[in-house]
Amino acid sequence: MTDKPAAAPEPQPAAPNKQAGRASLLGITRSVAGQAWSVLAMPLLAIVLALIVGAVVIVLSSALAPGAKFDLALPLRAYQALLDGSLGSADGRVTTLVEAAPLIFAGLGVGLGFKAGLFNIGAQGQFLVGAVAAVAGALVVQGDGPLIAIPFALICGAIAGALWGFIPGFLKAFSGAHEVVTTIMLNYVALALISWLITGPLRNPRAPQPITPNVGDAILPVLIGRDGHIGIILAFVAVPIIWFLLYRMTVGFEIRAVGANPDASRYAGMKPRRLVMLTMSIAGGLAGLAGTINILGISHAMPASYSTSVGFDAITVALLGRSHPVGITLAALLFGMLRAGAGLMQVNAGVPAELVDLLEAIILLFLVASPVLRRLFRLRGVKSSLGTTETMSRTYGSEAIR
Amino acid sequence: MTDIPVLGFIIQFAQFLLDQLPVIAHSSVSVAIPIALAGLCGVVSERSGVVNIGLEGMMLTAAFAGWASGAAALAILGPSQGTAIFNITLPLLVGLVAALLSGVLLALLHAWVSITVRADQIVSGVIINIAALGVTGYLNTLISGSSPQGAGGFKPLVISADVANIPLVGWLINAIFNQGPIAISAIVLIVVVQILLFRTKWGLRTRAVGEHPRAAETVGINVVRLRYRNVIMSGAIAALAGAYLSMESTTSFQANMSAGRGFIGLAAMIVGRWTPVGAFGAALLFASSTAIGRAISFAAPENSAGDFLKSIPAQFYDALPYLVTIIILAGVIGRSIPPAADGQPYEREAAA
Repeated sequence: MTDKPAAAPEPQPAAPNKQAGRASLLGITRSVAGQAWSVLAMPLLAIVLALIVGAVVIVLSSALAPGAKFDLALPLRAYQALLDGSLGSADGRVTTLVEAAPLIFAGLGVGLGFKAGLFNIGAQGQFLVGAVAAVAGALVVQGDGPLIAIPFALICGAIAGALWGFIPGFLKAFSGAHEVVTTIMLNYVALALISWLITGPLRNPRAPQPITPNVGDAILPVLIGRDGHIGIILAFVAVPIIWFLLYRMTVGFEIRAVGANPDASRYAGMKPRRLVMLTMSIAGGLAGLAGTINILGISHAMPASYSTSVGFDAITVALLGRSHPVGITLAALLFGMLRAGAGLMQVNAGVPAELVDLLEAIILLFLVASPVLRRLFRLRGVKSSLGTTETMSRTYGSEAIR
Repeated sequence: MTDIPVLGFIIQFAQFLLDQLPVIAHSSVSVAIPIALAGLCGVVSERSGVVNIGLEGMMLTAAFAGWASGAAALAILGPSQGTAIFNITLPLLVGLVAALLSGVLLALLHAWVSITVRADQIVSGVIINIAALGVTGYLNTLISGSSPQGAGGFKPLVISADVANIPLVGWLINAIFNQGPIAISAIVLIVVVQILLFRTKWGLRTRAVGEHPRAAETVGINVVRLRYRNVIMSGAIAALAGAYLSMESTTSFQANMSAGRGFIGLAAMIVGRWTPVGAFGAALLFASSTAIGRAISFAAPENSAGDFLKSIPAQFYDALPYLVTIIILAGVIGRSIPPAADGQPYEREAAA
């Protein structure tokens, strides 16, 4: 690849370019570092500030327990346990990856939507529908061996998720029904649908609680640790694919153009309607895969009470990663770490595992307030964190796409 | 199922509904109240041009703040005798005020982000939702470790059996007035806001700002101030819905207890075409779908219509409000169009 990162519209936090030739290596390093800083500064600041606020909350709330006093060292112990639980052991590191993989998939889906100017809140529903479809697919080809069952179940999950994403895309394209509202509604329709499927047609008759039968042949093989399944690799493979789609393919350019200015892209001969439907379908497919690998890789059967926060965490991941595949991967790894370490934190420091949700919330609040942070910390030339999402709700009250 | 004629089915179904009417009507109103309040919250905010997806989070936060402050007030003030009507106690009032305050604070944040910072309103709302879930979940786990005594809840007005059994209207009186203070004031509030919105200066200005803020500004309306005021009001209304959940329909807080009611409220607002009474009607419709579903599973009639009704999975009734909303949004039956400037940040023209 001979393109200099500097030429790309969204600069990647890349290593110094080796093909710099005669140009001063130092200068290029500095400009790349500067660009990386302008992209990374705000998310990093948000994370650091969130950790500080989180520490304050831990200290304040340590006095809530009966007979306790303010414990100033508790935040340090909590964060230490969080680190130990996620990176301190081989098991922890595997768990981090296992937690991060679905976030990468779903985050890529939400981020792709952002690039096209679409706010896909429906990752949750697409995740669930994908998961239940993967189970159904696995049951259909039961007995045909893993070589057939695994790809078939994966494809079923992806297609079901894509369909669940296509519906709001189609409605947006042809009736102007805003995707934010329709995806929220479809999340709840998905909940009702899987509840009906798992208590009805897909129920394992021999289980006391409503749960699907085991996916059997379609169980993803474990590569590392206790549950480091092959889905992790699939997630990391999806990252360069989505990057290539967005930045090296015509359709990716068109998706970004539609997101930046639908009118201009239409005058340039693109077809916003088709692109909206395509983007939502791909986004849904990715979220569906997130659900699929969680079922095939971890739980192996889907209970009716299956609950997850991946669909909503994916929104955080996409916002924190600035909708860029690399950023999304980093953000997903961060949240994978937080989720993986939360258990040990609760045991070792006595801080509820929900602290992770709290940190997530505070990070998001700081991202929203990024224009203010920029002024407060005098960060000139640093990009506002929600830059790519600025045009999102401007279409809320408008008519159908022409 | 093919052997019963459609007319026969309808008659049997109507008979079933009439039999169950007192039960269905009362539980429909109870279920509809938080949904209708959420819808009203959306109306007040979106009519002025600010999308408020965060109302789910505002409800949840208020539900928690109300319950937690009530419990704290009870621990400090000690138990007191509630009033005969509604069981109003001092800790409960403290909780209600705290709930309203928390909703107003979150609304202030949303208003600041979407009006002053001019960031994306939907992003802001979604963030408030995720934040509310995280903050209340964390604090709830922390507090429930010491299992505090809650302040209880407001009690419904007692309607005597004589009144409830008045033919033709008894069930209606029972459905509306056999409710707690928040529910009754919610119904009053909905009617009042409907009148305010379409019959007063404030309402005209709100609608003007929601449709065409620039035109409104040229005739001297302060767009920014009006939007701030409306968003803060909508936060207080969402908070009332939250307080209803943790202090009237139940007496304690559970993690994520708003359970999507804010989003159904949003749906009710859309189906009700951005009017308070319309939103209330839609909320009643949604709630009765749930209530009818429940009535069928408990007491399905022993005839062919009953067999048919029982063959419909219960989850269908749960999904119905959402499906109806999607269908109406898509314009298949009766298109619902939002205010023209809904979701668009307003930038004042620079003074010449």
